[in-house]
Amino acid sequence: MATDVLKIKHLSIDFHTMEGEVHAIRDVTLKLHPGEILALVGESGSGKSVTTKAVMQLLPNNAKVVGGSVEYKGKDLLKMPEKELQALRGNELAEIFQDPMTSLDPTMRVGKQIMEPLLKHQKLDRATARQRALTIMEKVGIVNAKQRFNNFPYQFSGGMRQRIVIAMALVCHPKVLIADEPTTALDVTIQSQILALIKQLRDELKTAVIFITHDLGVVAGIADRVAVMYAGRILEFGTVEDIFYHPQHPYTVGLLRSTPTMDMNEGDLESIPGNPPNLINPPAGDPFANRNQHALAIDYQQMPPFFKVSGTHYAATWLLDERAPQVHLTEKLEQRRQHYADRLTKEGSANE
Amino acid sequence: MKRYICKRLLMMVLTLFIVATLTFFLMKMIPGSPLGNTMKLTKTQQLAVEKQYGLNRPVWQQYLSYMGGLLHGNFGMSYQYTSTSVAELIGRRVGPSILISLQALVLGVVVGIILGSLGALKKGTWVDTTSSTLAVIGISFPSFILAILLQYYLGFKLGLFPVASWDGFPSTVLPMIALSAVPMAQVSRFVRTEMVEVLNSDYILLAKAKGLSTREVVFHHALKNSIIPALTLIGPLAVTLITGSMVVENIFSVPGIGELFINSVLSNDYPVIMGLTMFYCLLLCSIILLTDIVYGLVDPRILSEEKGEH
Repeated sequence: MATDVLKIKHLSIDFHTMEGEVHAIRDVTLKLHPGEILALVGESGSGKSVTTKAVMQLLPNNAKVVGGSVEYKGKDLLKMPEKELQALRGNELAEIFQDPMTSLDPTMRVGKQIMEPLLKHQKLDRATARQRALTIMEKVGIVNAKQRFNNFPYQFSGGMRQRIVIAMALVCHPKVLIADEPTTALDVTIQSQILALIKQLRDELKTAVIFITHDLGVVAGIADRVAVMYAGRILEFGTVEDIFYHPQHPYTVGLLRSTPTMDMNEGDLESIPGNPPNLINPPAGDPFANRNQHALAIDYQQMPPFFKVSGTHYAATWLLDERAPQVHLTEKLEQRRQHYADRLTKEGSANE
Repeated sequence: MKRYICKRLLMMVLTLFIVATLTFFLMKMIPGSPLGNTMKLTKTQQLAVEKQYGLNRPVWQQYLSYMGGLLHGNFGMSYQYTSTSVAELIGRRVGPSILISLQALVLGVVVGIILGSLGALKKGTWVDTTSSTLAVIGISFPSFILAILLQYYLGFKLGLFPVASWDGFPSTVLPMIALSAVPMAQVSRFVRTEMVEVLNSDYILLAKAKGLSTREVVFHHALKNSIIPALTLIGPLAVTLITGSMVVENIFSVPGIGELFINSVLSNDYPVIMGLTMFYCLLLCSIILLTDIVYGLVDPRILSEEKGEH
């Protein structure tokens, strides 16, 4: 593999709250390869957004990095002076925000908002910047870009606004793009258009993307690799095939099992019982242990290391230790997959 | 927009009519008579004067003839300043009043925006505390007390500004400062709250994510969004200024309409009281209409909502 564009190493972040220190991110290590789309999945509060906010160095005031580093081009972003960070943000590191309805300045024309990073980072004159902004607006699928350039955000629908947010993030051709649930606020049709757009732009601009989502359907459609986060930790990572076909961590399996399918009846939807741990006093061992029916005694005492499953696939669960009992986690998933395959062949023969 | 303005202008006429009617009858209920020195006049002289001004007629007749005059733009003649029309009196006195009120409004709004923004930007520091303290003082301190303090310390003790005269810009400084306290305080508190909210918004975070410096974020994004809502304050503030200026004008001997108003009430100069009330009312209605229009121009969303309605 070529050198990684971004290396997050042993990152730990605490939040100062009234109830105490919340250990929101604990020892997170992630590597981003050039031009890949890495999906960061996990439920709300698992620390996906905080991790990427640390990359952008846009953490809220009550957050404190207690350890680790975020390396970009051999430099630690966490120790970089604000001036240098500003030169990177919006230029080489960009972020697409989650909510298109609140992410645009309501009193500034959208064209001007798209031009801002260009004027700031590339020192273009206004005419050239305008041209570049129009080009990117067309690229993200805004029809009549010339007229729309002078519109205000309220004149756009949610999907169009998200395209503008994307255009702003991409206008300087960033090396690293963070997409923080860019499609959650959109309906399914627009969602697939936006996903196709991000993929297409990745292919054209060779941007490496961290894609945050809790929608596994989206992950399957867009990602090259997947990292599963839970309670501030990464529990498993690998290629899309690794995660979807050979999940190792019980949490990953639980996530996959709780995805609804087309032929499901009401009430069939599976869920993972229990709640994530309180991160003010995080458990010493595997944070998922108390919801894991296969949990071993050691799961409650000691955090498992990453066990190598294959060259690309690692999982932090004691079940992979050689001393652990054999557990068949994925039985139901395989049944489901088999069921689908059967149906497809049946339909295939029926059509003939 | 045109339709909206027409609607508002009609409302304004209705307001003026109601205010004129109310004031007319209230004024008649004030004890005393315009003939302040009745002691020196004989009964016949009194009757003659009353007849001259139509005061001997029934109140409803006086009302009708006054309203008729108003329709023709005739505010009548002053009792106190003989052979001077009310319009002329107001015209002569309005300059200084508008001057100090406008100066005070501009000063108050500008200082208020600066203090409020600083408070929000340096939230929780001594800057914030100072700005909030100033705002509380400005709101709770009556302007006439401030006026007297300014007059004593800056005018009398230090001799920096004229104590009470009307001669060019220096003599407007003290009344302006005294009057600007309230607008300063209200704008500062308002802008601080708005700005704190704006600074926590997603689009500010996104502006930072674009690599803008704190200064650029504040000047290109935060300031405009925090100030626009504060524009709605200007209407009500102008009201406080106009009423506040009456007392302050008196303290600094500003030859403005505030002073004229007080004198006219004291001497039951009915046409002047009426004329000034109508004038204030017209002024206030216009200011409020104007701020609404300006608000629409600055914030594109308002205009489109109006369009959407019709």
